[in-house]
Amino acid sequence: MKDSPGLHFKTYVLLLFVVLFAPLGNVLLSKGMKGIGSAQNWAPADLFPVLVKILTSGTIWLGIACLLAFFVAYMLVLTWADYSYVQPASAFSYAVVAVLSYFLLGEVVPPLRWAGIAVICVGVFVVGRTPPRTTEKA
Amino acid sequence: MREFFFLFLVIVAGTGGELCVTRAMKVIGEVHDFQPAALVRFVFRAMRVGWMWIGIGMMTLAFFSLLAMLSIENVSLVVPVTALSYAAGTTGAKLFLHERISPQRWLGVLIVCVGVTLVWLSRR
Repeated sequence: MKDSPGLHFKTYVLLLFVVLFAPLGNVLLSKGMKGIGSAQNWAPADLFPVLVKILTSGTIWLGIACLLAFFVAYMLVLTWADYSYVQPASAFSYAVVAVLSYFLLGEVVPPLRWAGIAVICVGVFVVGRTPPRTTEKA
Repeated sequence: MREFFFLFLVIVAGTGGELCVTRAMKVIGEVHDFQPAALVRFVFRAMRVGWMWIGIGMMTLAFFSLLAMLSIENVSLVVPVTALSYAAGTTGAKLFLHERISPQRWLGVLIVCVGVTLVWLSRR
C-alpha cells in the first residue's frame, strides 16, 4: 500500500487512541478498585463479595470498555502499519498513565518514577528497532 | 509480599496467556478472508484449539490479578512495572516458541528492566 497523507492521518489518529485509551482504561480500573477496596482475607468466601462489587461497578466496566477500544484501535492500526512502528509508539502510554493518574486520581508521581518510565520508553524503542520476524517462516 | 505474588501473576499469567494464544493462532493459520461469516468460522475454529482455552484462562487470571494489584498500589506504579512482560515475553518466545532473539532485542529488554527497577524503587 502506498503511503498517502490520508493513511498517515489515519495512523496518527489510531495511535492517539492507543496511547490514550489503554492508560485511561487502567486509570478507571484503578479508580474502581480503590473504591471497592482490597479483600482483607483471600479466602474464597471473602473474595466472592469483592467479585460481585467488581462486576457491578460502572467505573470498572467503563475501564474495560476503554481497554476494548484500545485493543480494537491497536488491532486496526496493525493491519496496515508495521509492528516495529506501532510498538515503540504505544510505549508512550506508560508516560500517559502517569500523567492521567496525577490529574484524575491525584497520585503523587516522584521524579525517580518519571525517570524509570523514560528508561522503559527507551527500552521499548530499542526493542521496536529490531526486525519483527527473526525466525524463518515454516 | 502479596504485591509480589500478584505482580508475578500479572506478568507470568499474562505473558503465558499471550504465548498460548499465539501458539493457537499458529495452529489455526493466517487469516485471509475478513468477511463477517469467515471471521465467525475463524472464531469457532479457534475455540476448538486447546491452547486458546489455556491462553484465555491465563489472561483472565492476569486481569483479576491486575485488579487486585490496582486495589493495593498506585496505577502510575503498577502499569509501568507490567513492562516486565517484555522480558517474560522475550524469554517465553525463546523457550516456548523457539524464536531467535537478536542481541539488540535483548539489550532493549535489559533497558526495560532497568526502567522497571527505577519505577519500583520509587515505591514508598
